[in-house]
Amino acid sequence: MAEIKNYTMNFGPQHPAAHGVLRLILELDGEVIQRADPHIGLLHRATEKLAENRTYIQSVPYMDRLDYVSMMMNEHAYVMTIEKMLDLKVPIRAQYIRVLFDEITRLLNHLLWLGCHALDVGAMTVFLYAFREREDLFDCYEAVSGARMHAAYYRPGGVYRDLPDQMPQYQNSRFSRPKEVKEVNKNREGSLLDFIDDFAQRFPNYIDEYETLLTDNRIWKQRTVGIGVVSPERAIELGFTGPMLRGSGIEWDLRKKQPYEVYDKLDFDIPVGVEGDCYDRYLVRMEEMRQSVSLIKQCTKWLRENSGPVMSDNQKYAPPKRQNMKEDMESMIHHFKLFTEGFHLPKGEAYAAVEHPKGEFGIYMVSDGANKPYRLKIRAPGFAHLASLDEMTRGHMISDLVAIIGTQDIVFGEIDR
Amino acid sequence: MKEINQLSLHVKKVLPGCDIHKQFDELTVSIPSSGVINVLKKLKTNIQLQFNQLIDIAAVDFSEFPQKKFAGCRFAVIYHLLSTTKNHRIRVRAFINDNQFPSIETANEIFPNADWYEREAFDLFGVMFLNHPDLRRILTDYGFIGHPFRKDFPMIGNVEMRYDPAQKRVIYQPVTIEERNNVPRVTDDLGFRNG
Repeated sequence: MAEIKNYTMNFGPQHPAAHGVLRLILELDGEVIQRADPHIGLLHRATEKLAENRTYIQSVPYMDRLDYVSMMMNEHAYVMTIEKMLDLKVPIRAQYIRVLFDEITRLLNHLLWLGCHALDVGAMTVFLYAFREREDLFDCYEAVSGARMHAAYYRPGGVYRDLPDQMPQYQNSRFSRPKEVKEVNKNREGSLLDFIDDFAQRFPNYIDEYETLLTDNRIWKQRTVGIGVVSPERAIELGFTGPMLRGSGIEWDLRKKQPYEVYDKLDFDIPVGVEGDCYDRYLVRMEEMRQSVSLIKQCTKWLRENSGPVMSDNQKYAPPKRQNMKEDMESMIHHFKLFTEGFHLPKGEAYAAVEHPKGEFGIYMVSDGANKPYRLKIRAPGFAHLASLDEMTRGHMISDLVAIIGTQDIVFGEIDR
Repeated sequence: MKEINQLSLHVKKVLPGCDIHKQFDELTVSIPSSGVINVLKKLKTNIQLQFNQLIDIAAVDFSEFPQKKFAGCRFAVIYHLLSTTKNHRIRVRAFINDNQFPSIETANEIFPNADWYEREAFDLFGVMFLNHPDLRRILTDYGFIGHPFRKDFPMIGNVEMRYDPAQKRVIYQPVTIEERNNVPRVTDDLGFRNG
């Protein structure tokens, strides 16, 4: 009988299922994985070191580029740490806007995850549908911040500006027919809130559509049920957070357990899985999308009924109004100081975390009292998840590896930082 | 606020003689690096604390810290712990005495996910984790020299990579860019803040 030895295979970094730049060294026995060794760092940009050399406001856009599919959530953790250290109060309207956009971001992230996960496993259609919906959500980003992805919308003390009264519309051009333009502008007649409401109205039906395509699909189930099972005890030991932890049946959500902003005033449920396999994590994330829609509706309702400032009036940390700067010497000095020297944080250290779509995203900041952080450490949820890839894939086939990478919702911007 | 005081009392009971510091509603325990395994074990297993999850490990290089209050220790390793059952957090800061060859015992035995966090701290700061099963570089390039997040490592790095048409391969050469800093670092001690 011939002697059969294990062989080693390289996977990625330019593989479509590698979600960016994951390089894996796989040790295989036939088609069964004996060991998977992820080589990461191909997208390492030393964000933490860069932040040490920039003022606090200058680092906000760097946060967008960490997890580049849930941009505003990264900013949220960052500004929350600064606000915690300054004891800066955020106006209630800004808190609702933040929650609204956090949930929009969660939808953005989960839609990309759903599309890519299904695409990796072989279902092309879901990907196309998911990206159609992402367009509308990007339009919301664009309407408030001017940028479709890297918004830099959350600022220490609130948000950059209030929601616009008029949703931007498509213009006629020589490449489009006026009738078509009118059609796509139909739900853009009113304000941004009208547009979001219209979306929240339509979106649950879309989730139903995705579920028809996947939930009872025989192939989908064959590829995900019983794959990458993690027991609840092991999930905690491995440092899992977010849907990965909830998929294993542990009810842990920072929005409920350690509420920030106005989550304690809103009504929502935390879905949990039972088996801890890829299929359960899929179901958890699908239900999270439904909960997000409900949260979005609650926020838009509140935002319609209440108005107020969206930025702290403490001008040592928040920029003054443009109008005041023209007339008031004091405001102009504040503006000049803020955008040259920047503000100072008190000496000390703080950690603040948000329930990111992928798990717990935290920022740990050490300040020596200067206008720049002394040390910034980003706690990326994906880092802990990817570390467990070896354990989760051991004994599975190569094709299951792809399903496990998909279910971990890996994005290299945050893992490599 | 009340909960944090209660937690502080519990921690004091479990770790007598440790320096416990409270700031921004967060608890920090400062210890010398030799006792880190003992402290982490106690925090994890104590029935009233139950810090069952390691959230993060961060290394800090204090060499340029203006307030020299850490007894000359250059490096510290900071553990963030979370209890999912009791719903509270704590930070353990372990100071490393040796500035030339910083080393600390690995926490892998207590928290299995410490593996990659420690590799990261080793890669970026050069902190050696004794008895770590697989202490390789993780984020930097293959064959990288130095520890980039140390304060004495230049912002722009030491080498850059380019394709050399003569040799027909990618080569490393000393960096050709210059460091640019438009906003100087202003500390409280210089007295700008209140002026």
